[in-house]
Amino acid sequence: MKLIFEKSVAGRRCDILGKCDVDYVSLPEGFARQTPPALPEVSEVDLSRHYTALNQQVHGVNCGFYPLGSCTMKYNPRIDEDMAALEGFTDIHPLAPESAVQGCREVLDTASRYLCEISGMDAMTFQPAAGAHGEFTGVLLIKQYHDSRGDTGRRKIIIPDSAHGTNPATAAMCGYQVVNVPSAPDGCVDIEALKAVLGEDTAGLMLTNPNTVGLFDENILEITRLVHQAGGLCYYDGANLNAVMGVVRPGDMGFDCIHMNLHKTFATPHGGGGPGAGAVGCKAFLAEFLPRSALAEEPGHIQVRSFQGNFLIVVRALTYLMSLGREGIPEAAQNAVLNANYLMEKIKGTFQPAYDRVCMHEFVLDLGPYKKATGVSALDVAKSLIDYGMHPPTMYFPLIVHEALMLEPTETESKETLDWAAEIFRKLYDLGYKDPDYMRAAPHHAQIGRPDEVRASRNPVLRWEEA
Amino acid sequence: MNFPSELQYSKSHEWLRMEDGVAVVGISDYAQHSLGDVVFINLPQEGDEAQAGEPFGDIESVKAVSDLVSPVSGVVCAVNETLLDSPELVNQDPYDAWLIKVENISDTEDLLGAEEYESFCAECEEAEG
Repeated sequence: MKLIFEKSVAGRRCDILGKCDVDYVSLPEGFARQTPPALPEVSEVDLSRHYTALNQQVHGVNCGFYPLGSCTMKYNPRIDEDMAALEGFTDIHPLAPESAVQGCREVLDTASRYLCEISGMDAMTFQPAAGAHGEFTGVLLIKQYHDSRGDTGRRKIIIPDSAHGTNPATAAMCGYQVVNVPSAPDGCVDIEALKAVLGEDTAGLMLTNPNTVGLFDENILEITRLVHQAGGLCYYDGANLNAVMGVVRPGDMGFDCIHMNLHKTFATPHGGGGPGAGAVGCKAFLAEFLPRSALAEEPGHIQVRSFQGNFLIVVRALTYLMSLGREGIPEAAQNAVLNANYLMEKIKGTFQPAYDRVCMHEFVLDLGPYKKATGVSALDVAKSLIDYGMHPPTMYFPLIVHEALMLEPTETESKETLDWAAEIFRKLYDLGYKDPDYMRAAPHHAQIGRPDEVRASRNPVLRWEEA
Repeated sequence: MNFPSELQYSKSHEWLRMEDGVAVVGISDYAQHSLGDVVFINLPQEGDEAQAGEPFGDIESVKAVSDLVSPVSGVVCAVNETLLDSPELVNQDPYDAWLIKVENISDTEDLLGAEEYESFCAECEEAEG
């Protein structure tokens, strides 16, 4: 399709801007640009069709099943959007006096209270703009804690080999050396391997639980105890909180600080690059190191983002929490786990789970044997799913499973949808044996065929240039 | 798959060739095959220290990013900069597309001969299912 710039016709207008009701001022000499910006000039109907066409090119949760593992692509209730669109929240200024924004303050305080309750933490900041930013903030808390005690010899952060890539990136960004610990054959932390790397140079451990292969690490109390015994702190990556929210608390598992992806676990449309919110919570002994808004009473605190972060995401999260309530939040987590296990059982017998035991909110299929038998890879299966109107699962992750497909159906899908999805997986399994070439060329019916990923990576064209 | 007999190999799938006391390092045919199409390589600079068993750079394919592990300790004395713009050379001929050369070698990992490495790769393949 054409870009909106290519649809531009000089002089064409649409009348959507209101009349300017403030006085015109001229910019000081030297500040005004010499040529007008190259903005597209289109009519309202062209504009409307352009965005509708864009909408038809993509697949969102509102289009169909979206089992993208590790991303929690649940349906986001409309009421969250309605609340975030209230004028009292949208028409405020970050520099407004405290007395004028007491409602917003209450949103932040209440959300903080509820999320502390869910995570088992004592204090919270909403500044981080997303998950990785939250990790960064959380590991800085750990660093600040050791530094404040003059304990500067702790240079290492321990991370399991199944972790999200953002974990080692975070540790490195904070100036730490990353120590990878291998997973045990059951996909969980290898306790002996952990013991072997713990020591006086351990600053902390970064972990998700349930972990990246969708399993709850039953040794979690022993793991956090060992890290604390070595003098390190434990960081909980909240990526998989959807499986346990309201059921078990990271604070009770022995974690000292945590980030939560409010945009995924607490239902904000995501996947398009934001905005998000990576709220960071911590135990009381770390609270003094939390970033604060420059407007807070105590001066001298560092910030990781301006003001209160992406405030409207917090409004959505609070709406979600209040509409589900004390009973609804754990029920959502339980349904997420039930749905994942149901789908795994329905697919079993064709594609095999990498770990054959009860999973949490997501599970990993190991297509290694299948690829060996048919020559059809995880990528080919993922591309074939597109022809059925299903978003592919996460591919080739976690790295410890080769030919991995990782499925997270989420709690918002019905039994009918899961049955339909399982049926398609079974159908594709058979198709691989009958017509592997067809699958290797999939998708056949999508808007866009199979892009040349290699060329796109080697020679990316990132900017449109006028012909 | 190709396992030239004059080379030594590490279990992290790098190859090593000694040329007048200088170690030439690349990745094996098995490695490039498992990685798939290589799209980006991150290499150290001349003069950087390399540590046996430690990463000296990373290599990115359409599937994943992996560490490049040095089989020797020493000082990097040459870097194959052609690969920065043409990473596909690693796929085309992994034994010609060397990555770094290391001098002042103080330590070497336990390395495998071609035959040993070939059976090690067969085991890896087996383990993958």
